[in-house]
Amino acid sequence: MTKRLLVVALFGLLAGGSACTDQRSHAQAVYMLVDTSGTYAAEIKKAQVIVNYLLGTLQPGDSLAVARVKTRSFSEKDIIAKATFDNRPSQANAQKRAFREQFDAFVKTVGGSAYTDITGGLIQGAMFLNETGAGKKTILIFSDMQEELDKVTVRDFPIKMNGIRVVAVNVVKLKTDNIDPRKYMGRLEAWQKRVEEAGASEWRVINDIERLDALLSKG
Amino acid sequence: MTGSQFWMIWPDNAMLSALILFVIAMPFLYAARKLVHDFFRSVGQAVGGPLRLGARWLFASARDMRERNKVVLIAHGREEVGQLIEREFERIGALVTRDLEGYPALQRKLLEEITKVEEDYKKCGEVPPPPPEWVEAVSAIAKVKSDNNEMVQRILEEIKRSVHTIHDKALGEYRRAYESRHKILNGFMPFWRSLDKTFGQVDKKLTGLQDMSSKIDAQMEKYEQINKKTDKAEHALTVSAFTQFAIATLVLLIAAGGAFINFWLIARPMSEMVGGNVYVGPLRVSEVAALVIILVEATMGLFLMEALRITHLFPVIANLQDSMRRRIMWIALVLLVILAGIEAALALMRDMLTADDQALVQSLAAAQQQAPRADSWLRDIPTGAQMVLGFMLPFALAFVAIPLESFMHSARTVGGVALVMLVRVLAFLLRVLGNLVRQLCRVLTTLYDVTIVIPLLIERMVKTARGGGEAVESRPVKRAA
Repeated sequence: MTKRLLVVALFGLLAGGSACTDQRSHAQAVYMLVDTSGTYAAEIKKAQVIVNYLLGTLQPGDSLAVARVKTRSFSEKDIIAKATFDNRPSQANAQKRAFREQFDAFVKTVGGSAYTDITGGLIQGAMFLNETGAGKKTILIFSDMQEELDKVTVRDFPIKMNGIRVVAVNVVKLKTDNIDPRKYMGRLEAWQKRVEEAGASEWRVINDIERLDALLSKG
Repeated sequence: MTGSQFWMIWPDNAMLSALILFVIAMPFLYAARKLVHDFFRSVGQAVGGPLRLGARWLFASARDMRERNKVVLIAHGREEVGQLIEREFERIGALVTRDLEGYPALQRKLLEEITKVEEDYKKCGEVPPPPPEWVEAVSAIAKVKSDNNEMVQRILEEIKRSVHTIHDKALGEYRRAYESRHKILNGFMPFWRSLDKTFGQVDKKLTGLQDMSSKIDAQMEKYEQINKKTDKAEHALTVSAFTQFAIATLVLLIAAGGAFINFWLIARPMSEMVGGNVYVGPLRVSEVAALVIILVEATMGLFLMEALRITHLFPVIANLQDSMRRRIMWIALVLLVILAGIEAALALMRDMLTADDQALVQSLAAAQQQAPRADSWLRDIPTGAQMVLGFMLPFALAFVAIPLESFMHSARTVGGVALVMLVRVLAFLLRVLGNLVRQLCRVLTTLYDVTIVIPLLIERMVKTARGGGEAVESRPVKRAA
């Protein structure tokens, strides 16, 4: 704490002569993909808990967007709610309340989709995060990570996710995983490989939503 | 044979190989003995010499520094004690002007009271008239023998009655006279009281003067000691500086604690003014702004103390004209009050922001039960406390100037003493190191001789044999001589 105060004192003295202020490099941007396909749509209440946690944790100046994963997810139309919180704490709180209302409205009307396009959502999320210019970028994937594409959708190409943390949340086990757990492990390993090859700074899986503090911190 | 065994003359027997090599090398080592000894001596001198030289230089520097410190300390002490004496003289001057300028009036009053007491005393001295001379006549008549003579008895009866009447009258007069004297004496009391009070005042004032003069005496003695530059004065000044340094450091630490609380009180609400996510390097601008406000408050406090002539960190302010100094004082005070007001407002805003955050968190945590709401006046206590704290802390910080001045003055002495000590320790270490190197070279020389002990023994035997032969040969020569 003493060291921090010394740094504060030093920078306080330098502040008069320094005009180089930095708004974005300390900001955090989070893009959350919510899987609404098939039976996973029933997990939407847990997604609500995570969104509330994010709203309570993110600071003024940070950005948050929540998008749904459906048959084809590479579209701005799939973004349910997005906001870059104001620098003033009081305004930021008002934005958070509005964000919460938007997401609550979505939860009430959500319907399941036939296919699951996680890759499309990842590409859309990476684009959104890069546009924010935030220093810390995180994509949360609230899904069972079972990608299912229709015949016309093309996603088998390399993607770019440089400097983005990817956290898979609440990756539930499917019936087939229970029969052969290697399928579950293999699915997660395949995603890890794909994400790391795309240049992501970290890959993480969090299944216990009681441990949400690890969502935004590096492991 | 592996790379590490190339030197082995006797394969797989390192001990024997080393022994053989040693035996082979021994004549060469013996031959090089003088050279090696010279080499060790040179190394010892080359390394130990500069180290000892460095140690000597450091000791000399420490002496110089100590002298310089002493000069500064003495000069500072002289100035300080001089100021103290000056101040004591000012006080004694003020006391003399205040108390003793009324002394003539006091003396006149005392004289008047004493004269009055004397007059009254004289009045008390007036005794009642002595008994009349006829007392002797009565005594003579009393001796007359009556012998039951009726006439004589009647005369005596008459005389007795007259005497009783006169006695009663005289006794009454006597009592009246004493009563009047008692009244006069009773009238003394207020004068005595007044005299006692006046003398008490005089005594108190004179005792005060005496105390002050003994203080001045003590300071003068100290001043003389300082002027003589005695070790006692130097020691006393150093101890005083260390004490001042410790006290000033403690008070500054307490003030730093206050500043720290002040900082956290206003850092968050500042984000509402300058933005919560704007950074200068690794720090939020709101934190920097809060710090700047606290530093500005401390600076205003410093100027205020300077303008009030409580501290003397800036001679420029102390030397200003009184009107200008007073203007600076008012400006500093007004700015301080404004900043204190801003802090109080920021403290209120902090409370509002915290309440807003809590409301948001409660609304987000749907599963959590809402906490029971406290009474409104209970909720207002922290708000009020924060506001009062925000308003008071800048004024408390203003007084930091006083310990800061003590700290700055005593730090020169303390730093100087610490530096001298450090240089001395360094000099001592260098000296020890130099001696160690020289001794090590001597030990190495001896060790070298130990390794070639066999050739040395042979050399001694040869020399002894030669010496014996020469002695046998020289004996007849000596005898012949």
